[in-house]
Amino acid sequence: MTPLIGYLLLSAFLFAIGLAGALTRRNAIIVLIGIELMLNAANLNFIAFWRFSEHPEALTGIMFVIFAIGVAAAEAAVGLALIIAIYRHYKTTNLDEVDSLKG
Amino acid sequence: MTITFAIIAFVTITATVAAMSLRNLVHCALASAVAFGGLAAAYLQLDAQFVGFAQILVYVGAIAILIVFAVLLTRGGEPTEEALFSRTWLAGTAIAVVVFGVLAWTIRNSFVSQRETTPVPDATVKEIGDVLMNKYVLPLEVIGLLLTAALIGAVIIALKEERK
Repeated sequence: MTPLIGYLLLSAFLFAIGLAGALTRRNAIIVLIGIELMLNAANLNFIAFWRFSEHPEALTGIMFVIFAIGVAAAEAAVGLALIIAIYRHYKTTNLDEVDSLKG
Repeated sequence: MTITFAIIAFVTITATVAAMSLRNLVHCALASAVAFGGLAAAYLQLDAQFVGFAQILVYVGAIAILIVFAVLLTRGGEPTEEALFSRTWLAGTAIAVVVFGVLAWTIRNSFVSQRETTPVPDATVKEIGDVLMNKYVLPLEVIGLLLTAALIGAVIIALKEERK
């Protein structure tokens, strides 16, 4: 097993766990953590492919990950603000109970 | 396949599983911080020092703290008696298992599996700053604008609603 395969399998496993958490947990905050973990798994793929590429001096993978971390920070801020707004409205963060669009 | 990689993979996977399955939300947030730290160690292991430290700064330093604050503000730290998983947990788990199976099968059969170790690339902070200020200066400005807009939007969304 080459190192690249190890990192790719680790990343695929992290993505699967994050997906399972996002799909099965009832609490909105845990769902958001799962989405962050999936984003991180994608970042790990970028770095692994950059490290074992034939032209790493182009720094493409590093740049993509830096911008992805920036977007993920913005996404986490907006997501947690939405969760707080939902909690204020419904008095719960249980996603199974948040099922109406009417205010 | 080195012992360092094995340790990093073990810690990261354990922390991720804990973050997705524990009952107490504060424990979940702390386990996710450990998982983000493990990923930062993986980046350092892959010779991407700048990204590794940026990961620690942004994820362990900011996002994990933000999650803990959200848990406190929504009183999620109190233990609940109700079920942890939603009604469709079986379908969700099946989808995740299928996704992992397809990804693993593709990785094992792809031509990148023959790729051997390449020489250590040289990615100093100076070079990264050089590229950011020349080739990627427009995306950098756009990401600054996006972060500003997202933070203002987050404050407005989380503001207390006015009762009419």
